[in-house]
Amino acid sequence: MRLAVNNARVIDPSQNLDEITNLYISRGRIVGIGQQAPEGFTANQEIDATNKWVLPGLVDLQARLGEPGNNFAGSIESETRAAVAGGITSLCCPPDTSPVNDSQAVTELIQRRARQAATAFVMPIGALTQGLEGQRLSGMYSLKQAGCVALSQANQPIQNAMNMKNALEYAVGQDLVVMLRCEDQQLKNNGVAHSGPVSSRLGLVANPVSSETTALARDLILVEEAGIRAHFSQLSCARSIEMIAEAKKRGLPVTCDVAIHQFHLSEMDLLGFNSLFNVSPPLRSMQDKNALQTGLKMGTIDAVVSDHTPLEKDDKLLPFGESKPGISGLETLLPLLLKLVNEYDLDLMTAVRSVTQGPAEILGLNIGNLDVGNTADFSIIDPNATWTLESETMISEGKNSPFIGWEFTGLVEQTYFQGRPVYRNNQI
Amino acid sequence: MSRFSTPNPQLNELGKIKHFLTLEGLKQHHLVEILDTAESFINPKTDEIKKVPILRGKTIMNLFFEPSTRTRTTFEIAENRLSADVASLDIATSATKKGESLLDTLWNLQAMQADMFVIRHAESGAAHFFAQHVAPHVHVLNAGDGQHAHPTQAMLDMFTIRKHKGDVFDLKVAIVGDVLHSRVVRSQIQALSILEAREIRVIGPKTLMPTHPEAMGVHYYDNIEEGLNDVDVIIMVRLQNERMKSALIPSEKEFFKLYGLTEKRLALAKPDAIVMHPGPINRGVEIDSAVADGPQSVILQQVTYGIAVRMAVMAIIMSNSAQLAQHQSEQASLELEELAALNPTSENPTVEKA
Repeated sequence: MRLAVNNARVIDPSQNLDEITNLYISRGRIVGIGQQAPEGFTANQEIDATNKWVLPGLVDLQARLGEPGNNFAGSIESETRAAVAGGITSLCCPPDTSPVNDSQAVTELIQRRARQAATAFVMPIGALTQGLEGQRLSGMYSLKQAGCVALSQANQPIQNAMNMKNALEYAVGQDLVVMLRCEDQQLKNNGVAHSGPVSSRLGLVANPVSSETTALARDLILVEEAGIRAHFSQLSCARSIEMIAEAKKRGLPVTCDVAIHQFHLSEMDLLGFNSLFNVSPPLRSMQDKNALQTGLKMGTIDAVVSDHTPLEKDDKLLPFGESKPGISGLETLLPLLLKLVNEYDLDLMTAVRSVTQGPAEILGLNIGNLDVGNTADFSIIDPNATWTLESETMISEGKNSPFIGWEFTGLVEQTYFQGRPVYRNNQI
Repeated sequence: MSRFSTPNPQLNELGKIKHFLTLEGLKQHHLVEILDTAESFINPKTDEIKKVPILRGKTIMNLFFEPSTRTRTTFEIAENRLSADVASLDIATSATKKGESLLDTLWNLQAMQADMFVIRHAESGAAHFFAQHVAPHVHVLNAGDGQHAHPTQAMLDMFTIRKHKGDVFDLKVAIVGDVLHSRVVRSQIQALSILEAREIRVIGPKTLMPTHPEAMGVHYYDNIEEGLNDVDVIIMVRLQNERMKSALIPSEKEFFKLYGLTEKRLALAKPDAIVMHPGPINRGVEIDSAVADGPQSVILQQVTYGIAVRMAVMAIIMSNSAQLAQHQSEQASLELEELAALNPTSENPTVEKA
């Protein structure tokens, strides 16, 4: 099948491309971009994308897909469909599955299910330690052999500094990026809300900024000592972004990401005890939120992730502190980024880079771009369409989104994965 | 986006109290109504509280997800004095984790004809959560949720202050001890602010203070001598044993040396200052026996007033509910009349009768 997408505004940060042109696809691959079709190319299907955008398929570094196990709602099949509805065609799934992804068997299971679903490219992240317990090292070489693209501790950072040091030093030889979340459990003290005016008023157990920054400081030093390329996941506060900026300035090979909801929400949203706002790390202060937005604009933040956590209804039908943290975020990653572009003065190219080239470079993989010869993963966006997120129309099995009822501008109309249409918005 | 301006879930469409979850967001007239109603239940000569038939035929369920003896007992007595049918359940938190969800438990009990739930729970915000999920005719009264609020306790403290000082307005109040973990203090501070106390001070070591006391509208003192200077009311907070274990303070002895209320320190307050404590007191930890049993202590009176104040809150909620029902039926018949006026030909027997 040969497809031509005509007159679209094609945006690809990796090529510094932003112009109105045509995209040509043949046999699942991109064969050309430009006014002129490549020699010998005759389309047997044409899409008129006048006034529309074409974006590379987005890359999400952190999305839980519900399988294997019962920790989360949904399945690889349902959640990859949700991903492509949000324009995401490549996603990393963290190892906090059940059983934990610390063995070849689990990695292979995830990949097999993803191949069966054939909706998006699923990249498993292996556990850094066995069972994510932070004690014994996992078989990192085997995990890499099986196809893991990175190693992480999901939301259970290693508390013991010696174990952390050993894990990093062993991982150096494996040439896999290590993704670290920073949280000192002692300082977190089972806290569920940012330590600030709102937690003071509501009497919610407080999780101070220092639970993140002290752990980040420790890990930055251990990373430098081990000489490993490290990626810091889901940072939440101003001070952390400063520390990353300093580390980069010193030449450390470190990168970081922030979950998209942190740019839009703050501790103020906890007034009313709505458990949909229970996330980990917690929503921080307005100043932190503003600093994160600045960090994204300045390029200190390399990637933005959905931190997709699909949950069952019952997981949130509890008092705030007893509810499970997390947001079902695949379908709102791009819409919320475009909201930052439309309402908070974020440059469109920077926004798109944070979910394409940025995460692709962190993984060191040739994805998230529209290079000629690459598989045709892209989406067509109507930048002017407005719509409202509704729980009934969400595709993810997890309906736990605090953004239900929000109005968005910019709609994913179609998504192609490996040259095949995998999503079409039926509103048209 | 209206997420910052959601209406107060405690008030019905007439602006009257429907659920009693926290004092935050209530107006001065709501609080004064509670205090005045409580006053009316107490015989001014004998301090006795008579049984009244106000809640006859109503069913109140006390759901205690966290153990309590005093609060639960005073609620039960208050409910009995109002002639309500009372059922009390101790629900160990583990029971709800055994597959039966919290809401299933609630809905089951609701189906047993409950009109009001009095709920104590270890999670902050639990009362709000239950109020969101009960049937429209059912009321929720918060008897303490986590570290968030304990509004009836705070109201009985206001009642005690008013009894002794005439009014809360313009008073200087000092609260001493574990503010961080105390739901009672959070509610007291809100009550004092709504009733326009002149100054609210919190006194204690930094480890027992919330990170942002100013967000609660109070002044923080780490020195008790400075903090007690010239105050009208001293509220002592009970110190829990767990605080020593979690390294927030060194020992009871050291705490008493630094923050214990002694006669010498009491002398720094106004000469007619009163000393309050939600009880049970730790003698020699937060308060010296000589002060606890001394002439300025009003600790035991607080307990008696607790019954009247809880009766008042429950009576007001049920009377607001009746008033709302009345209002709604009047609205409905008004609408019918308007309809009939618009279509004079249509025959509407109910309007003709009216």
